[in-house]
Amino acid sequence: MAKSKPRVKAPKSASKGEVITIKTLISHKMESGQRKDKQGNVIPRSIINHFTAKFNGEVVFEVDIEPAISANPYLQFKMRVDEPGEFEFIWNDDDGSVYTKKQKLKVG
Amino acid sequence: MKEMSRRQALALGSGLVAITLLPLPATASIEEVNEDIKKFTGGAEAAESAIIKLEVPEIAENGNTVPLSVSVDSPMTADNYVKRVILLAEKNPNPGVATFHFTARSGVAEASTRMRLATTQNVVAVAELSDGSFHMTKSTVKVTIGGCGG
Repeated sequence: MAKSKPRVKAPKSASKGEVITIKTLISHKMESGQRKDKQGNVIPRSIINHFTAKFNGEVVFEVDIEPAISANPYLQFKMRVDEPGEFEFIWNDDDGSVYTKKQKLKVG
Repeated sequence: MKEMSRRQALALGSGLVAITLLPLPATASIEEVNEDIKKFTGGAEAAESAIIKLEVPEIAENGNTVPLSVSVDSPMTADNYVKRVILLAEKNPNPGVATFHFTARSGVAEASTRMRLATTQNVVAVAELSDGSFHMTKSTVKVTIGGCGG
């Protein structure tokens, strides 16, 4: 399929102790493995099966994703800010591909 | 003779159409959902509780993208936080939707996503807290157009 493009919307800076909202989206067809083509053959499953959000190397939030998640999986979650650093977002594809995106966060 | 073969061809054609249309995706049973909950809790009871909230639309026009938001009332400190929340759809071909893994760093145990629902059904959310307790909630979504299978 076309290359999946991850997108992240998170604040660039926050104050210490603040709980910030992070929104992520990755373009992906999320083929469920339930659909059939015109010949009646099952279209094989092909989804993003796992998402990880790390901050300064520490896992903050993870999701096990099933085929029941819609195409272009969208995830919104929270994180408490203790120190400045860098986010790392990781998406794992059924086909073995790994998509990552990094973003810095300032505190002040 | 010529007419016969035409009939046969038509019969064959309609047969093919029937084959491609008939096999509807099998739906999960309530037992399967209960089985999944048991697997999640390790056999422990998950009582319906007000600390877990599941926000889903009452009516979803399109079962392909149904917004969903789950939150659990918790201080989210190192010794008292929400570990995991599993989401299950009772009448999807497979009940599993997603499992959110929270940490104390989450600050607030709250997450949103978009899911597929095959038909009108209950969505179940079960939360595991760091003290080992399990909390459950359910919500019904009416689906106008299903979002599974073709």
